[in-house]
Amino acid sequence: MTVAPGSTAISSRFAGLKQQGRCALMPFLTAGDPDLATTSAALLALQANGADLVELGIPYSDPLADGPVIQAAASRALEVGTTPASVLEMLAGLKGELTMPLVLFTYSNPLLNVGMERFCADAAAAGAAGLVVPDLPLEEAEKLSPIAAAQGLDLVLLVAPTTPAERMARIAAASRGFTYMVSVTGVTGERAQMESRVAGLVGQLKAMGPTPVAVGFGISGPQQAIEVRSWGADGAIVGSALVKRMAQAKADGGDPVATAGAFCAELRAALDS
Amino acid sequence: MTSTLPNSAALDAASRPNGLGRFGRFGGQYVPETLMPALAELEAAAAEAWQDKAFTDRLNALLRDYVGRPSPLYEAERLSEHYRRAEGGPRIWLKREDLNHTGAHKINNALGQALLALRMGKKRIIAETGAGQHGVATATVCARFGLECVIYMGAEDMRRQALNVFRMRLLGATVQPVTAGTATLKDATSEAIRDWVTNVESTHYILGSVAGPHPYPMLVRDFHACIGRETRQQCHDAFGRLPDVLLACVGGGSNAMGLFHPFVADTSVRLIGVEAAGEGVASGRHAATITEGRTGVLHGAMSLLLQDGDGQVMEAHSISAGLDYPGVGPEHSYLREIGRAEYAAVTDTQALDALQRLSQLEGIIPALETAHAFAWLESLCPTLAPGTEVVINLSGRGDKDVNTVAERLGDQLKPADG
Repeated sequence: MTVAPGSTAISSRFAGLKQQGRCALMPFLTAGDPDLATTSAALLALQANGADLVELGIPYSDPLADGPVIQAAASRALEVGTTPASVLEMLAGLKGELTMPLVLFTYSNPLLNVGMERFCADAAAAGAAGLVVPDLPLEEAEKLSPIAAAQGLDLVLLVAPTTPAERMARIAAASRGFTYMVSVTGVTGERAQMESRVAGLVGQLKAMGPTPVAVGFGISGPQQAIEVRSWGADGAIVGSALVKRMAQAKADGGDPVATAGAFCAELRAALDS
Repeated sequence: MTSTLPNSAALDAASRPNGLGRFGRFGGQYVPETLMPALAELEAAAAEAWQDKAFTDRLNALLRDYVGRPSPLYEAERLSEHYRRAEGGPRIWLKREDLNHTGAHKINNALGQALLALRMGKKRIIAETGAGQHGVATATVCARFGLECVIYMGAEDMRRQALNVFRMRLLGATVQPVTAGTATLKDATSEAIRDWVTNVESTHYILGSVAGPHPYPMLVRDFHACIGRETRQQCHDAFGRLPDVLLACVGGGSNAMGLFHPFVADTSVRLIGVEAAGEGVASGRHAATITEGRTGVLHGAMSLLLQDGDGQVMEAHSISAGLDYPGVGPEHSYLREIGRAEYAAVTDTQALDALQRLSQLEGIIPALETAHAFAWLESLCPTLAPGTEVVINLSGRGDKDVNTVAERLGDQLKPADG
């Protein structure tokens, strides 16, 4: 069963950017690091500084797909008592102010713990536009996708550099909103160099259908965002580099929110150059 | 649990797991997309290997000459005597996996997977370890085949099992401390999976239990099924029929699955797994996943899981590093759900008592993990009819635990008749 890819907040945002010939900037934040008030303010700062969409991670105890930076952020968020429910409550409080589409990133277990239907209903009610579940198998994703769609949520699927072409086509066909191209064979975290073979994969993926392709995992700054744009990607996702800067600012007694805004503006300028 | 026995379709080995890697609703492949091709490659390589006589001949020759199989089935006369009542009592047999090379059952799987890695052309091996037994077994086979070996181990477990850390290093392995989370087996497993996600094209991950994403629960079980197959033959030779009860400790559940597997369809044979209740199930400080867990996903599989109300994985506690794990192999969750196997839990204290009992009655010091299975005899034996044939998987020897036991018991060591 596939759901017809109608117009959603995410797909319209990508369509609009395409008309302007721009590459979407999608920062990632771990919710609750260092606390939800900071996350809430940081989301607005990202929006004000040129983010087109945002990805928000629900902290989880065993984040298999994440490198040290986001693991540590999740641990800090859990230590201060962040829960999936409190993240959604924070989001609901931003209704009307946060106008860019928000994609929730969650591992399978917290989602399955409340059940697919309820999780999707609650996420949609809080204002999320999409979902990314990095450890959900394609077969399960095919079950979750229509449930999410019924709530107006796009279930975004991931493609890795190791994914064979035949499987890539199935994933591209099933993904909603955009397809998340993982840019490295590995976990999240900044890399000195991107894997050059991914450049070809972006083109291959885009040739498989109209769904936009956003590249993430391993983008460490403006230069690599530009590189990803040059591959023909419709969006660049920046996570660990931002999460690390915010944690550093906090540790140095600075303002993580202002730091997030400034870094976002830098990325925006690079992508528009 | 109802008393109705599961139907034969549910017990059919061919449907455990099904085509999607599921044991009923448990199992599956909840992993990052990067690993999906490697899991498919591994499944295909294993299926091919089992059909290849050259592979099975080599595996069997190494199991015989390097591991020392078959391991004996030994009649524990004084232990049986201990549980004898006026009208008689059960007869207790020990499947001596402690006599294997490296001192535990773990080598069966490490050897098999190393041969598979060679077949797939992968020259770098990673593994996780809790008590260090699987790490030592993996380091051993890597030395034997000249493979690079990195073992992930929680920093807390490295402290508890310092001797095994040294053994792994002596065997040429790199032991990588894991300080994330609780610094135990759960975190070491997560870190090994992250390494695999990063180096999947050059590396084979020798997962050490019947846990993880498909095909691991099946693969690891199949490499340990020699335990059950030998037991079947040895019971036939010793007393001319199937055993009545099989007993094994369960952390992830590999030694139990290896023993149970060839008997699952024989519903006259009771299968009993014993988990670690740590400081007591009521204390919240335990590792009794099947007894207390709810359905969830950890390390790539859906199974029973110790988790909080928000789906965060909880810390497990056990005196035994090898049972200190909040998950359990999906096939155990399935066997429990269909009512084919029973699961119990015993505390640290009960396991320590059992360790002393076996040491003093049979002259065998079992691993702390294994001692949990022996502890359940205290509750089980009084309920068994005279002449009941009980086989316990003596999954590992206790040398590695002597320091831990000495710390805990100090001068309270109990005399045999205590």
